[in-house]
Amino acid sequence: MSSAPAIETRNVSLAFDEKQVLRDVSIRLGTAETLVLLGVTGSGKSVLLKLLMGLLKPDSGRVLVEGRDITPLEESDLRPVRRRMGIVFQEGALFDSLSVHENVAYGLREAGRTDEEGIARLVREVLQFVAMEDAIEKMPSELSGGMQRRVSVARAIVTQPAIMLYDSPTAGLDPITSHTIIILIAKLRDMQQVSSVVVTQRVQDAFVLANFVYSPDQQDLIPAAGKAAPPPHAATRFLVLRDGEVYFQGTPDEFVRSQDTYLREFLA
Amino acid sequence: MIRTLIASFVKRKVLAVQEFSLLLVSSLRHLFSPPRYIVDTLIQADVIGFGSLPIVLLVGFFTGGVLALQSYRTLSTFGEVGLLGQVVALSIVRELGPVLTALMVAGRNSSGIASEIGSMLVSEQIDAMRALGTDPLRKLVSPRLYATTLTLPLLTILGDFFGLLGGYFISVSTVHLSSEVYWTSAYKALTLQDVTQGLIKPFFFAIVISLVGCYSGLHTKGGTEGVGRATTQAMVVASVLILILDFFITKFLIGIRFF
Repeated sequence: MSSAPAIETRNVSLAFDEKQVLRDVSIRLGTAETLVLLGVTGSGKSVLLKLLMGLLKPDSGRVLVEGRDITPLEESDLRPVRRRMGIVFQEGALFDSLSVHENVAYGLREAGRTDEEGIARLVREVLQFVAMEDAIEKMPSELSGGMQRRVSVARAIVTQPAIMLYDSPTAGLDPITSHTIIILIAKLRDMQQVSSVVVTQRVQDAFVLANFVYSPDQQDLIPAAGKAAPPPHAATRFLVLRDGEVYFQGTPDEFVRSQDTYLREFLA
Repeated sequence: MIRTLIASFVKRKVLAVQEFSLLLVSSLRHLFSPPRYIVDTLIQADVIGFGSLPIVLLVGFFTGGVLALQSYRTLSTFGEVGLLGQVVALSIVRELGPVLTALMVAGRNSSGIASEIGSMLVSEQIDAMRALGTDPLRKLVSPRLYATTLTLPLLTILGDFFGLLGGYFISVSTVHLSSEVYWTSAYKALTLQDVTQGLIKPFFFAIVISLVGCYSGLHTKGGTEGVGRATTQAMVVASVLILILDFFITKFLIGIRFF
């Protein structure tokens, strides 16, 4: 296993027109760790996530993925880096002219696979992982928001990435569906040791990820306390962005114990 | 204040021209290296080409008809009604056929392309493509460019033919000209240069139609409202550019004594 962090940014800044969106942001995600990005709307969370995948370029600073500086890379050079990563966009971003099967198979085809049987098998496997195998021939417009989010996860993981990025995966969903998505994120983290960056405005989702583990027997989350394996919160860190700057970076316990009035508002 | 506004406006327009030119160059370059999205190109040829066929034929037919009606009034004062076929043929093949066909295709497809790509942009499907290893320009822009370039000249030919048919229909039914006189004067009037000029223009118009739509879509800002603006802008800009380009191409061909 590489000793370099899965993802690292060094003093990245980015402005759109006159508006400074990110200012001097440095983050670090270790292998098999989870970084939860918290912040209000407009704090720069989604922009930071896109920087991590090279979808945006910083005005200054560096972005490193598995030790490799991706900041100066052209689009064609970024493709092998992106194959090691998966991203789930806020509204799913499924291709609405393709069926669920073709959406999930998309990354495999772009990676050069042409064996239809192998592609079909992998697509079925990941759709079973996200419990969406019955929708394999449906179009995205026939799916609910939660279903689209799950298919989006399937599309992102079909190439077995080492790093997953989630942009507000539970935004706009009801509590039950949100819980389903969080279960999926934990399942990936615990069963495949995927390094994760989760952008969310919901602190409760962050604490669920920090304090619960996925149980394959119960196919649900169970409290991590008392389990033999290292609890997830030991490998979970919170990062709060405020007006494009890092306001807090630390463990869930440090976040809860903080007396800072701004951080207390997240816990209210 | 006014100087700043003018400077800002000029900078934006120069940047737009630069980005449009880069889009054109990269789209053409994609023809010479894989992956080439042949299936996507064929699908776009069906949507843009075959899908525009009814409206092109309809517009061509009625344009030829009204041209014959209007020309008859003038020609009859000189007793030269027999030249009706020539007037319709030269007007349609040299000018009206290519331009009106391009305008119809632009109205239908530039806006459609801008709407489709703009919707993909605001719903992050373009970012998803990039994240999954696809070059959006190669996947979305190049097939539309190639498809329009292949189909617009063919549509122009069919539009021209239906224009001649429309003129023929009016000449025979209203003016009571004989078929032989109409078609003979039409055929004899046309030279190779006329036909070639009429088929050179569609290639340039095709670039405008496809790339203006793609450019507008790729630069959509402001959510669904922005998609609406991009759609309208694409149609207007493409239509105006077609007319401007038509003027300069014609002037150039005259200048080099093409005909």
